[in-house]
Amino acid sequence: MPVWTLYGLKRGVATNPWPEGREETQAGVEGMPRFHPERCKQGCRICADVCLPGAIRIIENARGERLTLDYGKCVVCQMCTQFCPDGAMEKSQDWAFAVSKRADLIWDEALMSLPAQALTQKIHAAFGRSLHIRHVDAGSCNGCESELQALNNPYYNLHRLGIFFTPSPRFADLLLATGPVTYAMKEALLETYNAMPEPRWVMAMGTCAVSGGAVGGGYACGRGIEEFLPVDVYVPGCPPNPAAMIQALLLLLNRTQQRVKGGRLAD
Amino acid sequence: MNGAVEQRLTPDELPEVCRTLMAEGARLQMAYAWFPEPDTPEVIYLADRKRLEPFPLLRCRLPAGRRELPSLAAITPLLGWYEREIQDLCGIRFSGHPEPSPLVLHEGARPAMPPLDPRYQPEEMMPYRPQPWHLPAVEGDDVQQLPFGPVRADVLESAQILFYYVGEGILHCHPRLFFKHRGLEKQFEGLSPFMGVILAERISGVDSFAHALAFCQAIESTCPGTVPERAQYLRIALAELERLYNHLHYLGHLCHTTTLKVGEAQGKLLEEQCKQINGLFTGSRFLRGLLTPGGMRRDLNLDGLTKQLRVLEPQIVKYMAELEVTNSHLDRLLTTGPLPRQVAFDEGASGPIKRASGIQRDLRWSHPYAAYGSFNVDVPVRTEGDAHARAQIRMEEIRASLKLIYAVVDGMPKGPVWSEMQAEPGTEGLGWCESTRGSIYHCIHLDRQGRLARVKVKSPSFSNWRVFPFTVHDSNMMDYAINEASFGLTMAGCDR
Repeated sequence: MPVWTLYGLKRGVATNPWPEGREETQAGVEGMPRFHPERCKQGCRICADVCLPGAIRIIENARGERLTLDYGKCVVCQMCTQFCPDGAMEKSQDWAFAVSKRADLIWDEALMSLPAQALTQKIHAAFGRSLHIRHVDAGSCNGCESELQALNNPYYNLHRLGIFFTPSPRFADLLLATGPVTYAMKEALLETYNAMPEPRWVMAMGTCAVSGGAVGGGYACGRGIEEFLPVDVYVPGCPPNPAAMIQALLLLLNRTQQRVKGGRLAD
Repeated sequence: MNGAVEQRLTPDELPEVCRTLMAEGARLQMAYAWFPEPDTPEVIYLADRKRLEPFPLLRCRLPAGRRELPSLAAITPLLGWYEREIQDLCGIRFSGHPEPSPLVLHEGARPAMPPLDPRYQPEEMMPYRPQPWHLPAVEGDDVQQLPFGPVRADVLESAQILFYYVGEGILHCHPRLFFKHRGLEKQFEGLSPFMGVILAERISGVDSFAHALAFCQAIESTCPGTVPERAQYLRIALAELERLYNHLHYLGHLCHTTTLKVGEAQGKLLEEQCKQINGLFTGSRFLRGLLTPGGMRRDLNLDGLTKQLRVLEPQIVKYMAELEVTNSHLDRLLTTGPLPRQVAFDEGASGPIKRASGIQRDLRWSHPYAAYGSFNVDVPVRTEGDAHARAQIRMEEIRASLKLIYAVVDGMPKGPVWSEMQAEPGTEGLGWCESTRGSIYHCIHLDRQGRLARVKVKSPSFSNWRVFPFTVHDSNMMDYAINEASFGLTMAGCDR
């Protein structure tokens, strides 16, 4: 019979130091499309036409047409990058897209918004460096669960960061919700939240949880966690990969900086 | 529809024809309703009979004003859930149904009209006031009830399992599912087939590629022309990559339930390495954004794939060999949750579950699609039907998938990966695919503008969740988690 302890030791350390390393933890993985307004030609609406969740919209006003882009609705399907004739929508590896203010996910020419530092400082004061999470699946496609389960594999090894999943909401600091919120899960989501001691925080994981994404609305679905609970961190992505989730959790704990402002990764 | 031989029947002819089909050894696969005209819905039954034979397909159009059909659940039990789904979503009743309570919509959900009725255009979430649900009557002084879920321990999908138990012994297990019903089939309506793929990829995240493939094949079946050969080869390489990471996750998760910690870590590490390979070669860890009707959205270079997998293969083989000689692990799997062949057949077990119970059926082999016809597909079968057999099937499929990927990459033809295929307005199509968890069928009806009028998704987890409780009744609490893990179920695919 195999001696599993020995087997495990021989296997060696598999853990990646992210976020201390760089993005190579997810080589090749495509992130949010980058928008280059200077390449965009007026009058063409192709990107908006191929955007199923309506993240890209063309708004007409007195000065003509204007493109709006909300990364909180983007499901990373890459249709805009494939069909934009001018290269104004470009593929990128920008997937560490967690923000604490929903408005930061909206592409903004003027870069007016700033990350909400006040909130994360408060959380830091409350929890120091550790965090216990209660996950609730409020109607996901299970892509998000697959990536959450991966957080505990030896490669990401979430425990090394002092972050744990807990079965009971009574022990939880953070409610991590996925899915657009189905009619049947609404009650259970709210009950879980109400069972958590204060102070407590809420993270919306995945584009469905942020805005409803590609599946929100209709007779059975809401349009994201925000309709029902106050959200502290938004993590768009379809699904966000485990490294993006680590970045989001550390952002909540004020152990890393928000990278996204005005819908763009800060350089 | 393509690949099917059709019969048009009146409601009264249904039971007899169904009995004949059963007597010929056919098995019903699914049933659904759609509305060619708002007043006269049509109910469609799909079956499969023998390898390489077309699927028998029965159509029954209801006359205007009639909203009732005879239930076939007593003849072929697996139809029971499909009939209840049709009742909930399309408003057609089934007379003589053995358990006519709601299934997909929970008790207390009140849509203004059946959601799939074409006249129903919801803007908002339907009104819902939770009500007690229909439960089997269980009596006895010592019998206790344990509701578990819908928010369960660990990171799991939402579902509620109700146990009636005495001490450690489970008398009866009653899953309450469909907490995650998102109304996806309705959301396909009105989309162009081209955009529908994005939604199909989100039916079940870990089966993204399989669902998108079944969907694309259904659309392509309505078009003249063919998918280029290179795209067909790419499709099966990617479908097997999906099987690979899923099955490795399955083995790791099974170790989690038998508390073999290092085994769990190793299984999930191998899964992670496969997901990273997906990301590296396709840009998506879940193989999304690759398929489109007519072929692939872009060409992929899989040249280095074999080399990467060859590095992983000895680790995978060693891992599986170690699991097979670990007594503490095997003790928990052997004889756990046995599923007899007849129950597997009658209740509609799919994929590795039915193959572990002695039913040799795999759509890649029985009804080849994409380029599967050009390759040898091994269909491993076991007859024990227990948790161990279910795990063994997965292990053999991992070996088979690796072999298949090497062969496909090796023989990859050159050429285009996409050809224009415009779906004919007003037509309908059938697409199928053997996913990691079993058979997927997509039935697609297009309206006169060429948009999606109805998409029916038959998912393997819907089938296997129906079967699963039969292995739990009369078992014990300690084995429950192991048994559930050995089925490898998803909720999102089941609930849609």
